[in-house]
Amino acid sequence: MKLHEYQARDIVARYGIPVTGGGVAATAEEVQKVAEQIGGPVAVKAQVHVGGRGKAGGIKLANTPAEAFDAGKAILGMDIKGLTVEKVLVAEAITFEKEIYLGVILDRATKRVVLIASSEGGVEIEEVAKTNPDAIIKLAADPLLGLQPYQAQELAYSIGLTDAKQARQFASIATGLYRAFVENDAELAEINPLVVLPNGQLQALDSKIVLDDSGLFRHTEVAGMRDIAGEPESEIKARENGLTFIKLDGNIGCMVNGAGLAMATMDVVNLFGGEPANFLDIGGGANAQKVAAALDIILDDPNVKVVMVNIFGGITRCDEVAKGIVEAQKIIKRQVPMVVRLVGTNEEEGQRILADASLTPASTLADAAQKAVDIAKQ
Amino acid sequence: MSILADKNTRLIVQGITGREGEFHSRQMLEYGTNLVGGVTPGRGGQKAVDGRVPVFNTVKEAVKETGANATVIYVPAAFAPDAVREAADAGIPLIVCITEGVPALDMVATYEFVKLKGSRLIGPNCPGLLTPGEAKLGIIPGSIAKPGPVGVVSKSGTLTYEAVDALTRIGLGQTSIVGIGGDPIIGTNFIDVLAMFQADPATEAIVLIGEIGGNAEQDAAAFIKENVTKPVVSFIAGQSAPPGKRMGHAGAIIGAGGEGTAQEKIAALEAVGAKVAKLPTDIAKLVAESLGK
Repeated sequence: MKLHEYQARDIVARYGIPVTGGGVAATAEEVQKVAEQIGGPVAVKAQVHVGGRGKAGGIKLANTPAEAFDAGKAILGMDIKGLTVEKVLVAEAITFEKEIYLGVILDRATKRVVLIASSEGGVEIEEVAKTNPDAIIKLAADPLLGLQPYQAQELAYSIGLTDAKQARQFASIATGLYRAFVENDAELAEINPLVVLPNGQLQALDSKIVLDDSGLFRHTEVAGMRDIAGEPESEIKARENGLTFIKLDGNIGCMVNGAGLAMATMDVVNLFGGEPANFLDIGGGANAQKVAAALDIILDDPNVKVVMVNIFGGITRCDEVAKGIVEAQKIIKRQVPMVVRLVGTNEEEGQRILADASLTPASTLADAAQKAVDIAKQ
Repeated sequence: MSILADKNTRLIVQGITGREGEFHSRQMLEYGTNLVGGVTPGRGGQKAVDGRVPVFNTVKEAVKETGANATVIYVPAAFAPDAVREAADAGIPLIVCITEGVPALDMVATYEFVKLKGSRLIGPNCPGLLTPGEAKLGIIPGSIAKPGPVGVVSKSGTLTYEAVDALTRIGLGQTSIVGIGGDPIIGTNFIDVLAMFQADPATEAIVLIGEIGGNAEQDAAAFIKENVTKPVVSFIAGQSAPPGKRMGHAGAIIGAGGEGTAQEKIAALEAVGAKVAKLPTDIAKLVAESLGK
């Protein structure tokens, strides 16, 4: 789950990291009010879950509250890569001498929490990795002891902070960000840039946190920060029904059990010249009710011309899926052709239940994909 | 021959009295797995699965009474890391964690602890492993597999069943089938299993089923180049997945910088001579070709 910049800022501030003052606003009037409170130049920054907002015109500087009002008016409601800006962060605009990058990630290969720092902040770290990989320093926190104070110091000196006081402050910020990461079950915590002010102090100018969805159950306070604006309604509805659904642009609705098979099903649809309308994993052991909910969500998408069901029953029982399809067909708003492939646990029973339903049976994944693509092209 | 588990494996199930645990314990028993006990705190002294399996309060007690040397874990995500640590601390050499939705950070310390104790962890968020005709440790349906010369290793569940079913249908059985799981931090990677299949004299060909996210498949390709002489056939799921979206598995996501795509994984595997199937069901055909059958 991605957090907005202002939410991430509030979290890192709790770990003793100096952040830029300011507040969130949803109207131009509120923007002006926050700017008046700050009493100097401000940056008005769009809060949307998408990269490259600066280039898209989503960040503006304003010298006076009146200018801030105009900036708020321009940015609020604007469209950035398909997302409408609902909120802006009005932050104190500051001058600085240098930009540093500091990030914490979970590294799959080493199975450790890794801190990443670079003296080249202010740009995407992936960009630095391409142009100047030597400027990126990585350090793994001990998996059992956690990040040690000496490690944080090492990181400070390794990016060229030679002033002892500055290095100490950097180490304290790195430790704070590491704690914010671990204590909130994050999968990414990033300060970019971390700036050096004219007086030599460090301050976080922009923060980013992505949380591990699997950890949300023990962080009710941050779980409440979820911003569903910009999320397709179908994905929200799916989450409420315990389904994993991702909306895509095609016209072939897909209902599959298992994430790997669901991805492979999309791939095969593509291979046969079709376009999947969604990714949908009904999960292991789905019952009739869940299957009916899944079909309902797929059919909410007006683009869907055909639904392809691909079930390889292991824990999932084919008869339960079949019952779900029959149930759903009774209540759904519109009828679309369905291609159904059911194999595995209780396959015969499933086929029997579906014998009276009007749908196209398929024996293999390829057969099902071919039939679905043919119908979609009619 | 097989890897990791066979008919002599003495298995216990942690969470045996839960709904999932009991259901799958019954399936494992019916498959002929040597299931010697179960663990549920507070239920020690009872019998589970129609009175066929003794239940213990702790893993240490279960090991002492049954001589167990493997465990399958079905406990809920919030308690699964503790269950893994308990098994490692009790000296169980093979730990299979089926549970989905375990917080990734919990696995950092857990993995390290398991390693220090000298145990092997498979999973979490995996279907477990199956040695056809001998032992089933997890949820892979036994009916689709049969003994034979192909080793299968995969990040996915149902996609693996699809591949195994196709292999069996054309008469190619399997030595062992290992589901390593789709989470970002897992106990056993592709390369660990590739090394075992390479060392197993009964395994003549290896099937590797990967998916988008991370670079375990690229690591596997590098390992194959240096260490694997047996033919490798692969399938990578998620060729049509959009970037930045988590495709069901916690680890299945193409990064913002476009890293972890199916295309780069396929290229890495093909560069080291692995055959990569376009359709999951083509895997069986390519294996047959590789074995000259």
